[in-house]
Amino acid sequence: MRKIHAFFMDALHVGNKDLKDFYRDRARIVAFLIMPIFMMLLTGFIFPSQSSLKDLPVGVVNLDGGPVAQQMLVVFSELKSGKSKVMKLQNLADEDAAKELIQEQRISGALLFPEGLSDSLASKQQGQVVIITDQSNPQISSMLTGMLEQTLANMGTQMSAQAIDDMAGGQISQDTITALVTPIQVQTRGLIPGNPNYFQFVAPGVMAMVTVMAVMMGLAGSVAREKEVGTLDGLLVAPIARGSIVMGKTFAQTVRGLTQGAMVLVLAMVFFGVRVYGSWPLLIIMLILGIFSFVGMGILISAMASEQETAMTIMMTLNFPMFFLSGAFFPVQQMPGFMQAISKVVPLTYVVEGLRQVMVLGAGIGQVWRSVAVLLAFGAVTLAIAIPAFNRVVTR
Amino acid sequence: MTSEAQEFEMRVEALTKRFGDLEAVKGISFEVPRGEIFGFLGPNGAGKSTTIKMLCTLLKPSGGRALVAGYDIVDEASQVRRNIGLVAEKIILYDRLTAEENLYFYGRMNHLPEAEIKARSAFWLDRMGMTQWKDKLAGTFSTGMKQRVNIARALLTSPRIMFLDEPTLGLDPQTTRAIRQFIKELAEQGVTVILTTHQMVEAEMLCDRISIMDHGSIVALDTEANLKNLISDGKGAVLDLALEGLTDGMRQDLGALRGVMGLAEPEAGRLRITTNRPGVLSEVMRLVEGAGGTISSVNTLEANLEDVFLHLTGNEMRVEFAQSAPSGHRRGAAGRTSRVR
Ligand SMILES: Nc1ncnc2c1ncn2[C@@H]1O[C@H](COP(=O)(O)OP(=O)(O)O)[C@@H](O)[C@H]1O
Ligand SMILES: [Mg+2]
Repeated sequence: MRKIHAFFMDALHVGNKDLKDFYRDRARIVAFLIMPIFMMLLTGFIFPSQSSLKDLPVGVVNLDGGPVAQQMLVVFSELKSGKSKVMKLQNLADEDAAKELIQEQRISGALLFPEGLSDSLASKQQGQVVIITDQSNPQISSMLTGMLEQTLANMGTQMSAQAIDDMAGGQISQDTITALVTPIQVQTRGLIPGNPNYFQFVAPGVMAMVTVMAVMMGLAGSVAREKEVGTLDGLLVAPIARGSIVMGKTFAQTVRGLTQGAMVLVLAMVFFGVRVYGSWPLLIIMLILGIFSFVGMGILISAMASEQETAMTIMMTLNFPMFFLSGAFFPVQQMPGFMQAISKVVPLTYVVEGLRQVMVLGAGIGQVWRSVAVLLAFGAVTLAIAIPAFNRVVTR
Repeated sequence: MTSEAQEFEMRVEALTKRFGDLEAVKGISFEVPRGEIFGFLGPNGAGKSTTIKMLCTLLKPSGGRALVAGYDIVDEASQVRRNIGLVAEKIILYDRLTAEENLYFYGRMNHLPEAEIKARSAFWLDRMGMTQWKDKLAGTFSTGMKQRVNIARALLTSPRIMFLDEPTLGLDPQTTRAIRQFIKELAEQGVTVILTTHQMVEAEMLCDRISIMDHGSIVALDTEANLKNLISDGKGAVLDLALEGLTDGMRQDLGALRGVMGLAEPEAGRLRITTNRPGVLSEVMRLVEGAGGTISSVNTLEANLEDVFLHLTGNEMRVEFAQSAPSGHRRGAAGRTSRVR
């Protein structure tokens, strides 16, 4: 009992010393504060959202000249996303002019109304509208195309309804006409109210990444630094358990990692409208489990590397692919099969998945237990390897 | 604890350390009584630090055993740790903690009560002349100031045995002098001191007994006086010649003279001849001049530990030192070293 007490007290002193050492380093504090802001803003602005559809320059080649094209142009020019208009239309002479401007990246796409469009429709024949896309920018392109297609489809539906009404001479009720024109009504319903944006998806990923990275890098870095400078010998020659050194360092780095994770979350909530739909305690538990699952790896790396720089290099090499494989930025389901398989053995995947379930879907412990179990197992196994390895390395 | 262990503060038997193929320490044995200042003297790479690290439980021996303060360094490592203080090659201080905070942390790591830490750190900081700097970050200190605090740190636990690995390396002359004086006082108070150095003077000044180490072995272990007697029986001297026109034939002939124990050329145009027969100088001069060389000056010096080292190992110690010792490291006739940093 006294031994256990001493173990934790020693760990607390080591952790306290590490935190002091950390917050007195001005350069590191600045990096520490800037990193989460940077990560969140970067992912926020790099990835397009609905708000990217704003005043997009779109070319118009109107060879029709009839009322249909005119009417469509009015609708398009009035399309809005939020408070601002989606498109800025710009008249062009012909298709070649449109292609040229796309090549010059001066317009994001173009609409082509072929000759005789109004006439075809007036004579009850199918008409055609061409959308020319900028394939060099697939994200914007597909969002723009989606929006244009949707609008055109709506207009088409209205036209059909009008046509049926005309043919039936007012004999059929509006409800029936609607049922005829769109027999199937699709309703999409999520688990949470409203329409979550990309940030809601990416915020748990960035948070998991920033937290885990802070702890792993911090841990390996601080052990390696003490080795390099020579202060580790001072700890090793003291009559304390080696485990309490590791524990103390983990404790300090956890405080650091959670602080950074919290910063990401606050930024995401304040600036990007992200909300936490699930329980806060569960969210914190998931994050701590994530840290736990990586501590062993951090210790193992610091045991292997004799210099701080080596530790950092190993860390970067491991971290970079891990972030992409974990689904922090892109859904795992979008990846090819072999990558999905690899992502299943990357523990970060389960942190990201668990956090996302809790934050976005409001999942409870009953729904995330699988991630919890994987993280616990991974952490326990790596620690069981890392701690003896650490002990062996520090007294060769 | 055996009765022998009580007589000797430290007992080392066939202690060995291998790093892969390299045998850094080759089965050394010795005993150290309480209150002695025991020195390891040897060139860089001799295995001094490796020996210290094993004795401090920081490295596992590959063979042999050692009792430190009566405890086995492998099986009773934590008992050993409770009884030793370490001033290692690298200074054990955190740059971003103040002098006092460093001592406090180290005291905590050694499970000293808070009041005791306060009292002892005030005492040792004062003793080391660092009281006025106690609230300054260690990172702002000069190497000399750091070493003073570092020594205070090692003494905080009132160790029975104090290990000092090259404690004055790279320090200013004033701090060097203060630290040497301090080490002597420690031993007078009954602390056993194990010291490593590659400076002859330091070993001569401080150590009750010196163990000369080379390539992982102890080549001689005795008091300074006895070591010097090894080569000269108290009668010999060292001839330091400045000369031109030295040839291989001359070297052979000189080496064959009766009373010449060894030859060394610390630099081009200089020759050191260790002798144990007073009349040898005139024979040397006759031989050199007869063979066409010119001697421009001769100094007759007392044999020093370096000459002992040369005699025992056939190696010039100073050549190996040249890599680490600053320029200006030179011994004068009085056997004093001045270091400029
Ligand atoms: N951790 C280590 N791994 C491999 N070789 C080492 C290690 N530490 C020391 N050595 C080697 O052991 C020899 C003795 O080194 P050391 O004990 O530091 O010498 P000294 O302190 O006398 O200068 C040297 O050749 C050194 O390169
Ligand atoms: Mg050394």
